[in-house]
Amino acid sequence: MDESIYLDEARDPLIIAEGWLKDGKDVAIATVVETWGSAPRPVGSHLVIDAEGNFHGSVSGGCVEGAVVTEAMDVIGSGKARMLEFGVADETAWQVGLSCGGRIKVYVERLG
Amino acid sequence: MDPYILKTLNEERRARRAAVLVTDLGDGRDRIVREGDHVASDLGAAIANAFRTGNSRSVEAEGRTFFLNAHLPRPRLVVIGAVHISQALAPMARIAGYPVEIIDPRTAFATPERFPDVALHAEWPEDVLKRAPLDSYTALAAVTHDPKIDDFALKAALDARCFYVGALGSRKTHAKRIERLLALGAGADQIARIHAPIGLNIGAASPAEIAVAVLAQAIHAFRSRGKAKGAVA
Repeated sequence: MDESIYLDEARDPLIIAEGWLKDGKDVAIATVVETWGSAPRPVGSHLVIDAEGNFHGSVSGGCVEGAVVTEAMDVIGSGKARMLEFGVADETAWQVGLSCGGRIKVYVERLG
Repeated sequence: MDPYILKTLNEERRARRAAVLVTDLGDGRDRIVREGDHVASDLGAAIANAFRTGNSRSVEAEGRTFFLNAHLPRPRLVVIGAVHISQALAPMARIAGYPVEIIDPRTAFATPERFPDVALHAEWPEDVLKRAPLDSYTALAAVTHDPKIDDFALKAALDARCFYVGALGSRKTHAKRIERLLALGAGADQIARIHAPIGLNIGAASPAEIAVAVLAQAIHAFRSRGKAKGAVA
Protein backbone atom coordinates (compact mmCIF):
# COMPACT_ATOMS: atom_id res chain seq x y z
CA MET A 1 0.00 0.00 0.00
CA ASP A 2 1.33 3.43 -0.94
CA GLU A 3 1.42 5.36 2.32
CA SER A 4 2.81 8.69 1.16
CA ILE A 5 0.62 11.77 1.17
CA TYR A 6 3.08 13.54 -1.11
CA LEU A 7 4.01 12.81 -4.72
CA ASP A 8 6.54 10.08 -5.31
CA GLU A 9 8.60 12.38 -7.54
CA ALA A 10 11.02 9.68 -8.70
CA ARG A 11 8.18 7.53 -10.05
CA ASP A 12 5.42 9.96 -10.92
CA PRO A 13 4.93 9.92 -14.73
CA LEU A 14 3.82 13.56 -15.03
CA ILE A 15 6.77 14.79 -12.95
CA ILE A 16 9.12 12.67 -15.08
CA ALA A 17 7.57 14.04 -18.30
CA GLU A 18 8.16 17.60 -17.11
CA GLY A 19 11.78 16.75 -16.30
CA TRP A 20 12.35 15.12 -19.68
CA LEU A 21 11.01 18.17 -21.49
CA LYS A 22 13.29 20.40 -19.42
CA ASP A 23 16.20 18.19 -20.53
CA GLY A 24 15.30 18.94 -24.15
CA LYS A 25 13.70 15.57 -24.90
CA ASP A 26 10.65 15.00 -27.07
CA VAL A 27 7.87 13.51 -24.97
CA ALA A 28 4.46 11.89 -25.46
CA ILE A 29 1.85 11.36 -22.77
CA ALA A 30 -0.58 8.42 -22.93
CA THR A 31 -3.70 8.51 -20.76
CA VAL A 32 -6.37 5.89 -20.07
CA VAL A 33 -9.57 7.79 -20.94
CA GLU A 34 -12.11 4.96 -20.80
CA THR A 35 -12.33 1.40 -19.52
CA TRP A 36 -14.93 -1.33 -19.93
CA GLY A 37 -15.16 -4.44 -17.82
CA SER A 38 -12.19 -5.36 -15.71
CA ALA A 39 -9.25 -3.13 -16.60
CA PRO A 40 -5.89 -3.34 -14.86
CA ARG A 41 -5.35 0.42 -14.48
CA PRO A 42 -8.00 3.04 -13.68
CA VAL A 43 -9.14 5.86 -15.96
CA GLY A 44 -6.67 8.74 -15.70
CA SER A 45 -3.55 6.54 -15.47
CA HIS A 46 -0.53 7.72 -17.44
CA LEU A 47 2.34 6.29 -19.42
CA VAL A 48 4.96 8.81 -20.55
CA ILE A 49 7.31 8.06 -23.42
CA ASP A 50 10.36 9.79 -24.92
CA ALA A 51 11.59 9.67 -28.52
CA GLU A 52 14.08 6.90 -27.69
CA GLY A 53 11.29 4.67 -26.40
CA ASN A 54 12.05 5.12 -22.70
CA PHE A 55 8.86 5.06 -20.65
CA HIS A 56 7.51 5.46 -17.13
CA GLY A 57 4.13 4.72 -15.60
CA SER A 58 1.49 2.29 -16.77
CA VAL A 59 -1.78 2.19 -18.69
CA SER A 60 -2.44 -1.55 -18.42
CA GLY A 61 -0.03 -3.12 -15.97
CA GLY A 62 2.16 -4.37 -18.82
CA CYS A 63 -0.32 -5.88 -21.33
CA VAL A 64 -0.25 -3.22 -24.04
CA GLU A 65 2.58 -0.86 -23.06
CA GLY A 66 4.78 -2.07 -25.93
CA ALA A 67 2.17 -1.12 -28.52
CA VAL A 68 1.48 2.23 -26.85
CA VAL A 69 5.21 3.08 -26.88
CA THR A 70 5.41 2.33 -30.63
CA GLU A 71 2.37 4.51 -31.34
CA ALA A 72 3.71 7.24 -29.05
CA MET A 73 6.92 7.48 -31.05
CA ASP A 74 4.83 8.12 -34.19
CA VAL A 75 2.85 10.76 -32.30
CA ILE A 76 6.09 12.45 -31.23
CA GLY A 77 7.12 12.53 -34.90
CA SER A 78 3.85 13.79 -36.34
CA GLY A 79 2.56 15.90 -33.44
CA LYS A 80 -0.91 14.48 -34.11
CA ALA A 81 -2.71 12.94 -31.12
CA ARG A 82 -4.19 9.44 -31.48
CA MET A 83 -6.87 7.43 -29.74
CA LEU A 84 -5.99 3.75 -29.27
CA GLU A 85 -8.31 0.97 -28.20
CA PHE A 86 -7.27 -2.35 -26.75
CA GLY A 87 -9.24 -5.38 -25.74
CA VAL A 88 -9.51 -9.11 -26.26
CA ALA A 89 -12.57 -8.59 -28.46
CA ASP A 90 -10.68 -6.28 -30.77
CA GLU A 91 -8.33 -8.69 -32.51
CA THR A 92 -8.44 -7.07 -35.92
CA ALA A 93 -7.07 -3.70 -34.94
CA TRP A 94 -4.39 -4.77 -32.53
CA GLN A 95 -2.18 -7.78 -32.07
CA VAL A 96 -1.95 -7.21 -28.35
CA GLY A 97 -4.76 -7.53 -25.85
CA LEU A 98 -5.70 -7.49 -22.22
CA SER A 99 -5.58 -10.89 -20.60
CA CYS A 100 -8.17 -9.82 -18.02
CA GLY A 101 -10.90 -9.55 -20.65
CA GLY A 102 -11.49 -5.81 -20.29
CA ARG A 103 -11.15 -3.05 -22.83
CA ILE A 104 -9.36 0.26 -22.57
CA LYS A 105 -9.15 3.44 -24.62
CA VAL A 106 -5.83 5.29 -24.49
CA TYR A 107 -5.28 8.84 -25.69
CA VAL A 108 -1.74 9.55 -26.85
CA GLU A 109 -0.59 13.15 -27.33
CA ARG A 110 2.69 14.96 -27.75
CA LEU A 111 3.89 17.25 -24.99
CA GLY A 112 4.30 20.68 -26.56
CA MET B 1 -0.51 18.71 -23.83
CA ASP B 2 0.73 22.24 -23.33
CA PRO B 3 4.04 22.19 -21.37
CA TYR B 4 2.94 25.17 -19.30
CA ILE B 5 -0.26 23.32 -18.35
CA LEU B 6 1.79 20.30 -17.27
CA LYS B 7 4.10 22.49 -15.18
CA THR B 8 1.14 24.19 -13.51
CA LEU B 9 -0.62 20.88 -12.90
CA ASN B 10 2.49 19.44 -11.26
CA GLU B 11 2.81 22.53 -9.05
CA GLU B 12 -0.76 22.05 -7.86
CA ARG B 13 -0.20 18.36 -7.20
CA ARG B 14 3.04 19.02 -5.28
CA ALA B 15 1.23 21.55 -3.10
CA ARG B 16 -1.61 19.08 -2.33
CA ARG B 17 -4.18 21.24 -4.12
CA ALA B 18 -6.94 19.61 -6.16
CA ALA B 19 -7.08 20.23 -9.91
CA VAL B 20 -8.99 18.82 -12.86
CA LEU B 21 -7.22 18.71 -16.22
CA VAL B 22 -9.79 19.20 -18.98
CA THR B 23 -8.72 17.92 -22.40
CA ASP B 24 -10.80 18.44 -25.55
CA LEU B 25 -10.34 15.07 -27.25
CA GLY B 26 -11.30 16.61 -30.60
CA ASP B 27 -8.54 19.20 -30.91
CA GLY B 28 -6.26 18.24 -28.01
CA ARG B 29 -6.53 21.59 -26.22
CA ASP B 30 -6.30 21.40 -22.47
CA ARG B 31 -6.81 23.60 -19.45
CA ILE B 32 -6.63 23.36 -15.68
CA VAL B 33 -9.62 23.96 -13.44
CA ARG B 34 -8.99 24.53 -9.73
CA GLU B 35 -11.45 23.71 -7.00
CA GLY B 36 -13.88 26.61 -6.66
CA ASP B 37 -13.31 27.94 -10.21
CA HIS B 38 -16.59 28.61 -11.95
CA VAL B 39 -17.25 26.62 -15.14
CA ALA B 40 -20.64 27.09 -16.78
CA SER B 41 -23.22 24.54 -17.94
CA ASP B 42 -22.99 20.76 -18.23
CA LEU B 43 -19.20 20.72 -18.30
CA GLY B 44 -19.16 22.63 -15.02
CA ALA B 45 -21.45 20.07 -13.39
CA ALA B 46 -19.23 17.21 -14.61
CA ILE B 47 -16.13 18.99 -13.29
CA ALA B 48 -17.79 19.54 -9.90
CA ASN B 49 -18.55 15.83 -9.82
CA ALA B 50 -14.92 15.01 -10.61
CA PHE B 51 -13.75 17.14 -7.66
CA ARG B 52 -16.26 15.48 -5.35
CA THR B 53 -15.64 11.86 -6.33
CA GLY B 54 -12.06 11.99 -7.56
CA ASN B 55 -13.17 9.92 -10.57
CA SER B 56 -11.70 10.75 -13.98
CA ARG B 57 -13.90 10.25 -17.04
CA SER B 58 -14.87 11.33 -20.54
CA VAL B 59 -17.93 13.55 -20.90
CA GLU B 60 -19.98 14.94 -23.77
CA ALA B 61 -20.71 18.65 -23.46
CA GLU B 62 -21.34 21.49 -25.89
CA GLY B 63 -21.25 18.96 -28.72
CA ARG B 64 -17.68 17.97 -27.91
CA THR B 65 -15.96 15.19 -25.99
CA PHE B 66 -13.83 16.19 -23.04
CA PHE B 67 -11.65 14.07 -20.83
CA LEU B 68 -11.63 15.15 -17.20
CA ASN B 69 -8.63 13.91 -15.25
CA ALA B 70 -9.22 14.50 -11.55
CA HIS B 71 -6.05 15.06 -9.56
CA LEU B 72 -7.05 15.02 -5.91
CA PRO B 73 -4.53 15.02 -3.07
CA ARG B 74 -4.61 11.88 -1.02
CA PRO B 75 -6.84 12.41 2.02
CA ARG B 76 -5.13 11.89 5.34
CA LEU B 77 -5.91 11.93 9.04
CA VAL B 78 -3.98 13.84 11.68
CA VAL B 79 -4.70 12.77 15.25
CA ILE B 80 -3.78 15.01 18.17
CA GLY B 81 -3.19 12.67 21.08
CA ALA B 82 -1.32 9.38 21.34
CA VAL B 83 -4.08 7.84 23.44
CA HIS B 84 -5.94 4.54 23.55
CA ILE B 85 -8.46 5.64 20.88
CA SER B 86 -5.59 6.57 18.56
CA GLN B 87 -4.02 3.14 18.94
CA ALA B 88 -7.17 1.64 17.40
CA LEU B 89 -7.82 4.51 14.99
CA ALA B 90 -4.40 4.47 13.31
CA PRO B 91 -4.53 0.94 11.84
CA MET B 92 -8.24 1.21 10.98
CA ALA B 93 -7.76 4.48 9.09
CA ARG B 94 -4.74 3.12 7.25
CA ILE B 95 -6.72 0.09 6.08
CA ALA B 96 -9.51 2.41 4.91
CA GLY B 97 -6.95 4.28 2.77
CA TYR B 98 -6.29 7.31 4.96
CA PRO B 99 -2.64 7.60 6.04
CA VAL B 100 -2.37 8.70 9.65
CA GLU B 101 -0.05 10.99 11.60
CA ILE B 102 -0.19 11.20 15.36
CA ILE B 103 1.02 14.21 17.31
CA ASP B 104 1.42 14.30 21.09
CA PRO B 105 4.15 16.16 23.01
CA ARG B 106 3.77 13.81 25.99
CA THR B 107 6.64 11.42 25.44
CA ALA B 108 5.16 8.86 27.80
CA PHE B 109 2.20 8.50 25.41
CA ALA B 110 3.92 8.97 22.06
CA THR B 111 6.15 5.91 22.01
CA PRO B 112 6.91 3.66 19.04
CA GLU B 113 6.06 0.66 21.21
CA ARG B 114 2.49 1.89 21.60
CA PHE B 115 2.31 2.96 17.94
CA PRO B 116 4.21 0.58 15.68
CA ASP B 117 4.21 1.48 11.96
CA VAL B 118 2.61 4.91 12.50
CA ALA B 119 4.04 8.33 11.67
CA LEU B 120 4.38 9.57 15.24
CA HIS B 121 5.55 13.00 16.42
CA ALA B 122 6.40 13.39 20.12
CA GLU B 123 6.23 17.16 19.74
CA TRP B 124 3.83 20.07 20.17
CA PRO B 125 1.30 20.46 17.33
CA GLU B 126 2.59 24.03 16.86
CA ASP B 127 5.98 22.67 15.79
CA VAL B 128 4.80 19.77 13.63
CA LEU B 129 2.12 21.79 11.79
CA LYS B 130 4.66 24.49 10.96
CA ARG B 131 6.67 21.86 9.04
CA ALA B 132 3.72 19.97 7.54
CA PRO B 133 0.71 22.32 7.38
CA LEU B 134 -2.86 21.09 7.44
CA ASP B 135 -4.95 21.47 4.28
CA SER B 136 -8.45 20.86 2.97
CA TYR B 137 -7.62 17.20 2.19
CA THR B 138 -6.70 16.56 5.81
CA ALA B 139 -8.98 15.42 8.62
CA LEU B 140 -8.07 16.37 12.17
CA ALA B 141 -9.23 14.57 15.30
CA ALA B 142 -8.23 16.09 18.64
CA VAL B 143 -8.50 13.49 21.37
CA THR B 144 -6.14 14.46 24.20
CA HIS B 145 -8.76 16.18 26.43
CA ASP B 146 -6.01 18.72 27.16
CA PRO B 147 -6.69 22.27 25.89
CA LYS B 148 -2.97 23.07 25.93
CA ILE B 149 -2.45 20.40 23.25
CA ASP B 150 -5.79 20.33 21.40
CA ASP B 151 -6.77 23.99 21.04
CA PHE B 152 -4.00 25.25 18.78
CA ALA B 153 -4.46 22.29 16.43
CA LEU B 154 -8.24 22.77 16.29
CA LYS B 155 -7.87 26.44 15.40
CA ALA B 156 -5.26 25.55 12.77
CA ALA B 157 -7.58 22.88 11.30
CA LEU B 158 -10.46 25.36 11.02
CA ASP B 159 -8.21 27.96 9.38
CA ALA B 160 -6.84 25.38 6.91
CA ARG B 161 -10.41 24.28 6.05
CA CYS B 162 -9.72 20.65 6.96
CA PHE B 163 -12.49 18.49 5.50
CA TYR B 164 -13.16 17.10 8.95
CA VAL B 165 -12.54 18.52 12.41
CA GLY B 166 -13.51 16.46 15.43
CA ALA B 167 -12.86 17.01 19.14
CA LEU B 168 -13.28 14.56 21.99
CA GLY B 169 -15.21 15.65 25.03
CA SER B 170 -18.70 16.03 26.44
CA ARG B 171 -21.05 18.86 25.49
CA LYS B 172 -20.02 20.66 28.68
CA THR B 173 -16.32 20.31 27.78
CA HIS B 174 -17.09 21.53 24.28
CA ALA B 175 -18.96 24.60 25.56
CA LYS B 176 -15.81 25.69 27.41
CA ARG B 177 -13.73 24.86 24.33
CA ILE B 178 -15.92 27.11 22.20
CA GLU B 179 -15.19 30.03 24.53
CA ARG B 180 -11.46 29.41 24.28
CA LEU B 181 -11.56 29.11 20.47
CA LEU B 182 -13.56 32.35 20.22
CA ALA B 183 -10.86 33.97 22.32
CA LEU B 184 -8.27 32.62 19.87
CA GLY B 185 -10.13 34.44 17.09
CA ALA B 186 -12.19 31.61 15.57
CA GLY B 187 -15.50 32.64 14.01
CA ALA B 188 -18.84 31.13 15.00
CA ASP B 189 -19.26 29.61 11.52
CA GLN B 190 -15.86 27.98 11.86
CA ILE B 191 -16.66 26.58 15.29
CA ALA B 192 -19.91 25.14 13.94
CA ARG B 193 -17.81 22.87 11.74
CA ILE B 194 -16.33 21.03 14.73
CA HIS B 195 -17.82 17.61 15.35
CA ALA B 196 -18.19 17.44 19.13
CA PRO B 197 -18.89 15.18 20.86
CA ILE B 198 -16.69 13.36 18.35
CA GLY B 199 -17.81 10.46 16.16
CA LEU B 200 -21.04 9.22 14.61
CA ASN B 201 -23.62 8.32 17.22
CA ILE B 202 -23.36 4.53 17.18
CA GLY B 203 -23.38 4.17 20.94
CA ALA B 204 -19.64 3.56 20.98
CA ALA B 205 -18.44 2.45 24.43
CA SER B 206 -14.84 1.25 24.15
CA PRO B 207 -11.85 3.19 22.73
CA ALA B 208 -11.88 0.95 19.64
CA GLU B 209 -15.59 1.56 19.07
CA ILE B 210 -15.05 5.30 19.40
CA ALA B 211 -12.31 4.94 16.78
CA VAL B 212 -14.84 3.32 14.42
CA ALA B 213 -17.27 6.20 15.04
CA VAL B 214 -14.57 8.81 14.37
CA LEU B 215 -13.32 7.13 11.20
CA ALA B 216 -16.86 6.70 9.85
CA GLN B 217 -17.61 10.36 10.54
CA ALA B 218 -14.39 11.48 8.82
CA ILE B 219 -15.12 9.30 5.76
CA HIS B 220 -18.65 10.66 5.59
CA ALA B 221 -17.30 14.21 5.71
CA PHE B 222 -14.88 13.42 2.89
CA ARG B 223 -17.47 11.77 0.68
CA SER B 224 -20.02 14.54 1.23
CA ARG B 225 -17.68 17.37 0.25
CA GLY B 226 -19.44 19.81 -2.05
CA LYS B 227 -22.88 18.30 -1.41
CA ALA B 228 -25.79 20.15 0.16
CA LYS B 229 -25.36 20.87 3.85
CA GLY B 230 -28.17 18.51 4.82
CA ALA B 231 -26.13 15.57 3.53
CA VAL B 232 -23.43 16.12 6.15
CA ALA B 233 -24.05 14.55 9.52
